[in-house]
Amino acid sequence: MNASTAVEPARPSAAVRAGRFITRNVLYVYTAFAILYLMLPVAVMGLFSVNDPPGKSNVAWHGFSLEAWLNPFGVPGLLQVVETSVAVAFLSTLVATALGTLIALALVRYDFRGSAATNTLIFLPMATPELVLGASLLTLFVAIGQPPFFPTNFLTILIAHIMFNISYVVVTVRARLYGFDRHLEEAAMDLGANELTTFRKVTFPIILPGIMAAALLAFSLSIDDYVITSFTAGRTSTFPIFIWGSARIGVPVQVNVIGTAFFLIAVGFVAVTTLLQGRASRPPRPARRAGAETAAAADRALAPATEA
Amino acid sequence: MGARRWIVRLTPYLLLAPGMLWLLVFYVYPSFQMFISSFWSGTLETGFTFSLDNWTTYTDALSRYEPQFLRSLVYGGAATIVCFLIAYPLAYTIAFRGGRYKNLLLFLVIAPFFTSFLLRTQSWKIILGDDGILFGPLKDLGFLPPEFRVLATPAAVVAGIAYNFLPFMTLPIYVSLEKIDVRLVEAAKDLYAGPWRPGGTLAGGALGAIVGAVLAGALTYPILPLALGGALLGVVVGTFFVSESFLRVVLPLSLPGVFAGSLLTFIPAMGDFVNAELLGGSPQTRMIGNVIQSRFLDNNDYPTAAALSFILMAAILAMVAIYARLLGTRELTSAR
Repeated sequence: MNASTAVEPARPSAAVRAGRFITRNVLYVYTAFAILYLMLPVAVMGLFSVNDPPGKSNVAWHGFSLEAWLNPFGVPGLLQVVETSVAVAFLSTLVATALGTLIALALVRYDFRGSAATNTLIFLPMATPELVLGASLLTLFVAIGQPPFFPTNFLTILIAHIMFNISYVVVTVRARLYGFDRHLEEAAMDLGANELTTFRKVTFPIILPGIMAAALLAFSLSIDDYVITSFTAGRTSTFPIFIWGSARIGVPVQVNVIGTAFFLIAVGFVAVTTLLQGRASRPPRPARRAGAETAAAADRALAPATEA
Repeated sequence: MGARRWIVRLTPYLLLAPGMLWLLVFYVYPSFQMFISSFWSGTLETGFTFSLDNWTTYTDALSRYEPQFLRSLVYGGAATIVCFLIAYPLAYTIAFRGGRYKNLLLFLVIAPFFTSFLLRTQSWKIILGDDGILFGPLKDLGFLPPEFRVLATPAAVVAGIAYNFLPFMTLPIYVSLEKIDVRLVEAAKDLYAGPWRPGGTLAGGALGAIVGAVLAGALTYPILPLALGGALLGVVVGTFFVSESFLRVVLPLSLPGVFAGSLLTFIPAMGDFVNAELLGGSPQTRMIGNVIQSRFLDNNDYPTAAALSFILMAAILAMVAIYARLLGTRELTSAR
């Protein structure tokens, strides 16, 4: 600001205005490019799901065809691996969400000896590379050396997925519990409800969106996991393992179809719940600062979808 | 009454028990088992025997796979720097200029993660292919020499890692930026904080040159052109985009997010082997993760693989511990 602006209000020089215009818009352009960059592989995946390659290799564009979409399981074994993946994701989500929610309740609601150690133990699996998680589990199963743990199989995949999902569920549900108004429970108790009824009628419905967000996150982590699964799968194959196996000889178009379908279902799910929740009444929400870890952050991004 | 007090006391432990038991049995114990397994000798057929004399597995593994360890460190570090350069302006824009589109933009940052990690990486392989949809036409038009390639180079691996772990960097930075009270920035401006010149020009140029040189050196590319390019970019950014209020208010307050994001990016980046396999695929881009995976799954060489994983885990836990000591874990897991 120079002296003239004090006399004539708000008339910065042309250079300053041009500078401001650039500063302001470069950030938007940069962000647009960053989002494009993030989305580009997804778009390419979708594009190559309607490709018409002559051979197995699906890396060059050959022409439009809906053949793979009309026959998405036309590759031997593909249906089975997708079923296995969905089954693992569903079961591990169910168990991990239950166990993780209980831990989150204990951590937020109670002061107890050992809560700091518990927090550390929750945090560590998220800070350990997936490679190490899978590798250490494999050494455990090899050391046991007999069924049902070795050779590794469906059960060992499930064990691994529940293990890595628990921490993410705890972090997501905990973020929701922090914003919880305890007076609501006290009111229920004052009105004669016992602890169980209070939990069923007041606590649970309020934290349900957080639990749903956690379950959604757990499901998507599980269905996409390759690294840990590769160590604990043995002869069992999941969808990511199928992709890895076919990456060397050429990924079939059908794999892109299923990947695109998963993406559209997930995005559609979020969009629909956002619209539904948008119509519902919005109670005032306490200012909540979600956590920094992916889980909490994912919860935050999914917030419009899952929170009232 | 006494019994009731006991129940109340025990409740948290009862709630914790099933989940914590799962983590103890399938997370904590396997880590010890991995350590024990690294002292094994034998094969899957003959069975394994434990002996402390097998500590030589560690020295053998370290000397044999030293290049891959170093490469993981370098690629992980380079990918973290690239992630930061992309993520900070992105997070800044969403936090301060996002307006009513904040949630939508955040969703767009996460949306790619609704598709398979492997399929996204496979898509990059299609995009960056030697005669693929990007370079094919450019080569046909003569903009690039026919032998030009990105796949199977260190740059491809680092770019792939940076892409895959970008949200781990963006979200923590966003969270720490969003917490900043804008009135602080206004106060700084009231106190005559303006553009940062010529300090920004100089600092930006120097920092850009250093980052360019480090990235080039780490990935074995010619240092001078990248350092010059970095310097030029740094000068522009430092001169036009870094104000004093940003330097003195916003940046320091966002540092916890930057540190958390760096750690959350660096850890999985260092252990990654998917990008090195799909986008690299040459012996010159093999990382320690590739070695561990093939030792475990292809060679059934459990002792060596366990020793390598244990070294990797110990190195990473040490870094996390130092970080937690200095800054606490709140920013990493959850905070209010």
